[in-house]
Amino acid sequence: MFIRLENVFYSYFQHTPFEVQALKNITLTINRGESIGIIGRTGCGKSTLIQHFNALLIATQGSVLIDGEKIQKKSSQLKNIRRKIGLVFQYPEHQIFEETVFDEVGFGPRNIGISGQKLEETVKWALESVGLDYQDIHKKNPFELSGGQMRRVAIASILSMRPEALVLDEPTAGLDPEGKRLILKKLKTLREENGTTLVLVSHSMDDLAMIAERIIVMDQGTIGLDSSVRKIFSQGKTLEYYGIKPPTTTRIAELLQEKGFDIGNGILTAQELSERIAEKILKAGKH
Amino acid sequence: MLGKSIALGQFIPIESPIHRLDPRVKILVSAIFIIVLFIVKEWLSFLFIGSFIIFLTLTARIPISYIGKSLKPILFLLAFTLILQVFFTPGDYIWEYGFLHVSKEGLNRGLFIIVRLCLLILCTALLTLTTSPVELTDGLESLLSPFKKWGFPAHELAMMMTIAIRFIPTLMEEADRIIKAQQARGADFETGSLIQRAKNLIPLLVPLFINSFKRADELAIAMESRCYRGGIGRTRLRVLILRTADILFLSSTCIFITIVVFLSVFIW
Repeated sequence: MFIRLENVFYSYFQHTPFEVQALKNITLTINRGESIGIIGRTGCGKSTLIQHFNALLIATQGSVLIDGEKIQKKSSQLKNIRRKIGLVFQYPEHQIFEETVFDEVGFGPRNIGISGQKLEETVKWALESVGLDYQDIHKKNPFELSGGQMRRVAIASILSMRPEALVLDEPTAGLDPEGKRLILKKLKTLREENGTTLVLVSHSMDDLAMIAERIIVMDQGTIGLDSSVRKIFSQGKTLEYYGIKPPTTTRIAELLQEKGFDIGNGILTAQELSERIAEKILKAGKH
Repeated sequence: MLGKSIALGQFIPIESPIHRLDPRVKILVSAIFIIVLFIVKEWLSFLFIGSFIIFLTLTARIPISYIGKSLKPILFLLAFTLILQVFFTPGDYIWEYGFLHVSKEGLNRGLFIIVRLCLLILCTALLTLTTSPVELTDGLESLLSPFKKWGFPAHELAMMMTIAIRFIPTLMEEADRIIKAQQARGADFETGSLIQRAKNLIPLLVPLFINSFKRADELAIAMESRCYRGGIGRTRLRVLILRTADILFLSSTCIFITIVVFLSVFIW
């Protein structure tokens, strides 16, 4: 039990006529090493939810526990929690402010007192984790980089705090397909090599099919569905109710199934799909 | 999400006769009230003007607590003015302690100035609470357009105001997000000495400025690609029309004010 939310409620503008209840009675457990996708319609509370994971928002009711420790408003553990759980906001490149890539990525570690040789190592590791060459890039001005590179520098600037969990809000939004693929691949590698827990908010089911193992569907401030990725994406009708279209691969498989081409359920990646189709064709050829 | 609900600023979008009035009339009436508040010098006229403003507030169906809230930011100013006036006006002393003394005139003047300030704020609050920012700038543009003849950029000024008002919530949302993003990287905006705290604002201000410049560029391109070329020959979606109710309201207010000023100057 790494991150645990118990009966969490959250309202914006509490005690004003503009009060909006964004989260209603959320109970949720995230274990170490999991890879979770969070989906749902715009305004369903996804972004509000993930800001509770690292104490940027404090539940108006209910409790959030990180490693069994309860988050409280004025506690001294806030910095420690934010180091442990890295949160990458939407369009993180909009928060870049330093003059060099090194300083940008080093901002976080410096804030928690890392300096000298150790800082350099950390920055180097973070940049290489997102597939950027340290020697090549660390002295450059981040504002002169391409969009995809800026995004990766911004993600590296969170990674450099060496978080145990990485929470990302739409990490691939607005990137070209190549940039998307690269970021997802790097995140996958990061998890495999360091055991980093991943939580991704995304509108792209294709992305989630590639990287997530568990999917949480949010609906109007509550959790609608919470299950393994295969189970979730195989229930087309229920997903439709939540305004979600399954990944392209799953939909192709479903259409084939409907036309009497029995290739089985729970297909997620393009790889799986092509293998099953090939298998089927080969079998048919033998008869 | 955060900015959306406060996007309207002070404006409370409800239905009321005051809300429906032409913004030009409301701006004019507020301006007249402000001038009159500086002309009159007796408590009695304040009583009349004050009750008129309260009557308008009730007609506008604005909760009293709301209008009270608009006084909050000037509480300090009010207290400061009162203290200065009460303790440093010479006259008949009614209370003394060491070098401090309270005079009757001071007390009277202090309270008088406070009531005047409060009425000023209430009057302008009533305008902004019942008029949407867009209406307000439309009204201003229309009122200022006669001065165009002498080269006064009425349309440009109104457009600048509209754009500025439009982007306040956007900027707030953006600032909120950047603060959070930097906090997630261990930035500290709350503790430290004054100089340290000012320094800590750099990670907020640099991205905020960069994004604003970018947005301004994009907005300019978007406006130009829709053939925006200033105010000349431009038609509007909401045309301001003076209705009977507007004229009645304006004339009755003017009559009321004239009577109060007349009584105040010549009789009381």
